[in-house]
Amino acid sequence: MPTTQPAMIELAAVSKWYTPQFQVLKDCTTSVSKGEVVVVCGPSGSGKSTLIKCVNALEPFQAGTIRVDGVNLSDPGTNLPKLRSRIGMVFQHFELFPHLRITENLCLAQEKVLGRSRDEAMTKGMALLERVGLKDHALKYPGQLSGGQQQRVAIARALAMDPIAMLFDEPTSALDPEMITEVLDVMVELAREGMTMMVVTHEMGFARKVAHRVIFMDHGEIIEDRAKDEFFSSPRSDRAQLFLSKILSH
Amino acid sequence: MPQFDFDIILKTLPYLLRDGMSFTLTLTALAALGGLVLGTLLALMRLSTVPGLATFATAYVNLMRSLPLVLVIFWFYFLVPYIGQVILRTERPVEVGAFASALITFTMFEAAYFSEIMRAGIQSIPKGQLSAGYALGLTYRQVMGYIVVPQALRNMLPVILTQTIVLFQDTSLVYVISITDFLGAASKVAQRDGRLIEMYLFAALVYFLISFMASLLVKRLQARTAIIR
Ligand SMILES: Nc1ncnc2c1ncn2[C@@H]1O[C@H](COP(=O)(O)OP(=O)(O)O)[C@@H](O)[C@H]1O
Ligand SMILES: [Mg+2]
Repeated sequence: MPTTQPAMIELAAVSKWYTPQFQVLKDCTTSVSKGEVVVVCGPSGSGKSTLIKCVNALEPFQAGTIRVDGVNLSDPGTNLPKLRSRIGMVFQHFELFPHLRITENLCLAQEKVLGRSRDEAMTKGMALLERVGLKDHALKYPGQLSGGQQQRVAIARALAMDPIAMLFDEPTSALDPEMITEVLDVMVELAREGMTMMVVTHEMGFARKVAHRVIFMDHGEIIEDRAKDEFFSSPRSDRAQLFLSKILSH
Repeated sequence: MPQFDFDIILKTLPYLLRDGMSFTLTLTALAALGGLVLGTLLALMRLSTVPGLATFATAYVNLMRSLPLVLVIFWFYFLVPYIGQVILRTERPVEVGAFASALITFTMFEAAYFSEIMRAGIQSIPKGQLSAGYALGLTYRQVMGYIVVPQALRNMLPVILTQTIVLFQDTSLVYVISITDFLGAASKVAQRDGRLIEMYLFAALVYFLISFMASLLVKRLQARTAIIR
């Protein structure tokens, strides 16, 4: 089981306030081992996006510690851009760069951050584009692709950086239903290859298929953090039960 | 009824274009480019979280926008040689030359306007675009340089070009420092040959035609360059 592996992402008592009155994260503690797939779910506004953004320091937090591959994010000596380049992130609204071609979207950070040559970056980018089934679209602009295609490019763009872990923030919730599967398929494959993943999603089918653990959040707190089978068979809290009955009923 | 002589225009046309219009267009193009670069930097300063930078940029923009351009041109031309003398500790006022003086003035003045345009453009880029850039490991400079500013420039191109058309007309104010731009050239001929009505009519027509055609082109471009989202 992956739990015997060293922790890749470690959160200890992480708290965050947007204003002194509004605490968005409350004492969140959890960890993701190497090769582990953890699904984070919970009602809208419960702090899932905020939590996942804290993991690659896109959002600051005021208390607690986060370590990624042993590196403490709050350590003043930590090179945050360098650390972020090692963690892939996929957003709800894709966030491809609309003024750049697909190939340029794939190459930009490889060249500017990792210092790869254009050739090297292109080779890598094209291989990943082929992997997500979009090789024929290499020279298009993001706006010329469907939502599902854009999200697959976004995954390829993140993978091009050879990340040690991948973060997904509701990667399918902005998609039309018929496009959800094509994105989930790519993610399932990635999980099966042993990628360390932290995935905010309400796709419980995906969770059942590949997740090792499920975290349930509500009002900024981690209410449940359990092995997948346990979570689905007998959620302990009423809130998780209510939430599950709501999202599984449709 | 005075006698009009429109042949004067044909006769002096080479002079008007070669000496006058080429100066006007050169000054417009260089000042627009310089103003855009400086204006973009000012916009980034205004949006930065470094304390002094935003204050400085805001003060600069407000100052430039509160002064009549013609005064700025005038004062700059007469003051800069002395400011240069103080800074460079030379014995005599530093010679700047009318063209350089006009170019620097227009660049600095336009920068204030372009910075407002670019600030709006930069702020219109969705926050998710910046997050995506940072998430890939890009630094602040890289995110601005490769992602935010290029998109802002493209979104704002029609407004930038429209402002450049205004600049094209404003360059005629260099007459206060006796530079021969297009209007200056026309005016010289008018005075010399006593053909005021003909020459000023012609000058107005030329400014109108160029500005009007340019606005039409901008409208067309606007439809073409909108980023596909
Ligand atoms: N930049 C912000 N400033 C203030 N409040 C915010 C900000 N971003 C999110 N919030 C609030 O924090 C809470 C958690 O947001 P979020 O992490 O996006 O939740 P989720 O992803 O679970 O829907 C919400 O109540 C949201 O309104
Ligand atoms: Mg969210």
